[in-house]
Amino acid sequence: MTDWVDVWTLAEQHEGKLHSVSFELLARGRALAEAKGCRLCAVVLGAEVSQAQAEELIARGADRVYVVEHPALAHFAVEPFAGALRHLVETYHPEVVIAAATTTGRTLMPYLSVQVHAGLTADCTGLEIDPKTGNLLQTRPAIGGNIMATIVTPDARPQMATVRPRSMRPAPRQEGRTGEVVRVSVPEALLASRVRLESFERDEGEIPLADADVVVSGGRGMGRAEGFRLLGELAEALGGSVGASRAAVDRGWQPYPHQVGLSGKTVSPRLYLACGISGSIQHLAGMQTSEHIIAINADPDAQIFQVADVGIVGDLFQVLPALLERIREAKGTP
Amino acid sequence: MRLIVPIKQVPETSNVKMDPETGTMVRSGVEAIVNPLDLYAIEAALRLREAHGGQVVALSMGPPAADKALREAMAMGCDEAVLLSDRRFAGSDTWATAYALAQAIRKLGPFDLIICGERATDGDTGQVGPGIASFLGLPAITYVSKIGELADGGVRVERLVEGGRERLWAALPAVLTVVKEIAYPRLPTLRGKQRARQAQVPVWGPPEIEAREDWLGLKGSPTRVVKIEKPQVARQGELIRIKESEDVDRAVDAVMARLREWRILS
Ligand SMILES: Cc1cc2nc3c(=O)[nH]c(=O)nc-3n(C[C@H](O)[C@H](O)[C@H](O)COP(=O)(O)OP(=O)(O)OC[C@H]3O[C@@H](n4cnc5c(N)ncnc54)[C@H](O)[C@@H]3O)c2cc1C
Ligand SMILES: Nc1ncnc2c1ncn2[C@@H]1O[C@H](COP(=O)(O)O)[C@@H](O)[C@H]1O
Repeated sequence: MTDWVDVWTLAEQHEGKLHSVSFELLARGRALAEAKGCRLCAVVLGAEVSQAQAEELIARGADRVYVVEHPALAHFAVEPFAGALRHLVETYHPEVVIAAATTTGRTLMPYLSVQVHAGLTADCTGLEIDPKTGNLLQTRPAIGGNIMATIVTPDARPQMATVRPRSMRPAPRQEGRTGEVVRVSVPEALLASRVRLESFERDEGEIPLADADVVVSGGRGMGRAEGFRLLGELAEALGGSVGASRAAVDRGWQPYPHQVGLSGKTVSPRLYLACGISGSIQHLAGMQTSEHIIAINADPDAQIFQVADVGIVGDLFQVLPALLERIREAKGTP
Repeated sequence: MRLIVPIKQVPETSNVKMDPETGTMVRSGVEAIVNPLDLYAIEAALRLREAHGGQVVALSMGPPAADKALREAMAMGCDEAVLLSDRRFAGSDTWATAYALAQAIRKLGPFDLIICGERATDGDTGQVGPGIASFLGLPAITYVSKIGELADGGVRVERLVEGGRERLWAALPAVLTVVKEIAYPRLPTLRGKQRARQAQVPVWGPPEIEAREDWLGLKGSPTRVVKIEKPQVARQGELIRIKESEDVDRAVDAVMARLREWRILS
């Protein structure tokens, strides 16, 4: 019988820069590795992966870093990425493999789980080791966030999961941590791809919602599309981005990429300002890990107040213009 | 082009009622609908057929009642439909679902594209599309927001990713999963509804798709749900009520103080 050992996390990088979600996974992975008393290993796939990148992963908690470098891994394509990861899994037999629930992780992991006949749980918000069985307990919202389901993979190995980005703080750098870097070459045949990247167009202008330090969000209470202009100005004054509830997106007041919640983005900014949002469980699923939350709502019983640090019961059209003026004053801009 | 669209029947969950005692969904009186995100996949397939000719086949795995979802797809314009329904499929997780659907697709014969929804609103995993591709040994492109021209034996598509859009070319056959931006789904027509009512929708079980029984249903599923609970929310904050206009200033003062305390404003 094969021995399955170690906890693995998949690092994401783009053009030589590690994405911070890689460090969030290391924070999760560290806790699991401690509970199991095993090593935490990070995997990086790319066209070029520097020693500095591997060392950064070690400083953030990895004991070992597996690196696969190949031109076919310059951009994400499911076939070569799955090929490389499959080769690693079949060579080293990890017990647990976690990746971020990003467009990459959500594509790569199901593709791989079929190839290696493993169980996979999507979009987990909680991961723990069952002290009795040593199995990975994977918790995720289900049925529109109305329930939390805990899922295990009793027999198949590895136990695989994708994890909501921003559902955990990134592991901090610890200077002086040591670990090993293992560079692996993967058979060419596993790296072939029938998909080519022809070009990439970056979204210009606004700060991507998921990366914003401040998110100013509006819901059905904004009344109409024009209401969002006020939120845009407020977001600009605070150096943040505009978010929206599904009710606002469904009405066409904001485009879908701005939707926060279960079926939109998960955000975890330093400040989430919720305006005219009732705080449905599905909306909360996308923002309740925010560091600070301020809510403005006319209804004193709105559920959003249960997660807010400051709740203002009143008309947002009275409060927001006054707030905008004061913020601009404070920053010395007209 | 021959296009295959896997669609799932799901409970209409926009007004889910939960039983507070058991933490389970109140299923009685909940209507079953076509997974809303699959309507976009159907629309994308119908547009390709309109542009290039061919055939669209809708495929679903589910209880016998899922026949209704398939007829809805036909009413929108799909040419054929097949239902996978058998007790041995029950309890499938995404691995076993993708396996059964892939086997059915093999049975359906040659095709150019499989187009899936981004995810099903009940399971909400988005894993079945890439899983089907993996079983069939095909490339998968997820989060497709635009399907462009056919070129060099492949298709050009646009894919939404974090921070931007990729323009990709994929050899055919391939599996795509599509997002809402792809095209707004059409409504069924009266003629379509009539045709759908009269259509034959074959029902296949494990023997018809030549499936390994130990890879189906609960038995074939690597994952198990072991616990279900109600999520809890809690954060005790300060509540400021606005009754008169002076209260607005008080509220704004409080917010400004916090913005400074949290170092959002200096
Ligand atoms: C499977 C599924 C997935 C979902 N995914 C998401 C998701 O990703 N994101 C999401 O947001 N929702 C999602 N939903 C929808 C969710 O259930 C709610 O319907 C939605 O969040 C409600 O949006 P809202 O708070 O803007 O609207 P409402 O619930 O209508 O709330 C509007 C609020 O505005 C307040 N208000 C009105 N006027 C004013 C005023 N002048 N001043 C101050 N306050 C005012 C009202 O008191 C009210 O509380 C999902 C649902 C399902 C079933
Ligand atoms: N039982 C099923 N029958 C047919 N298609 C399905 C089924 N389950 C999932 N799919 C397809 O796979 C997509 C993703 O579903 P899921 O992985 O369950 O979120 C759906 O949008 C459908 O296109």
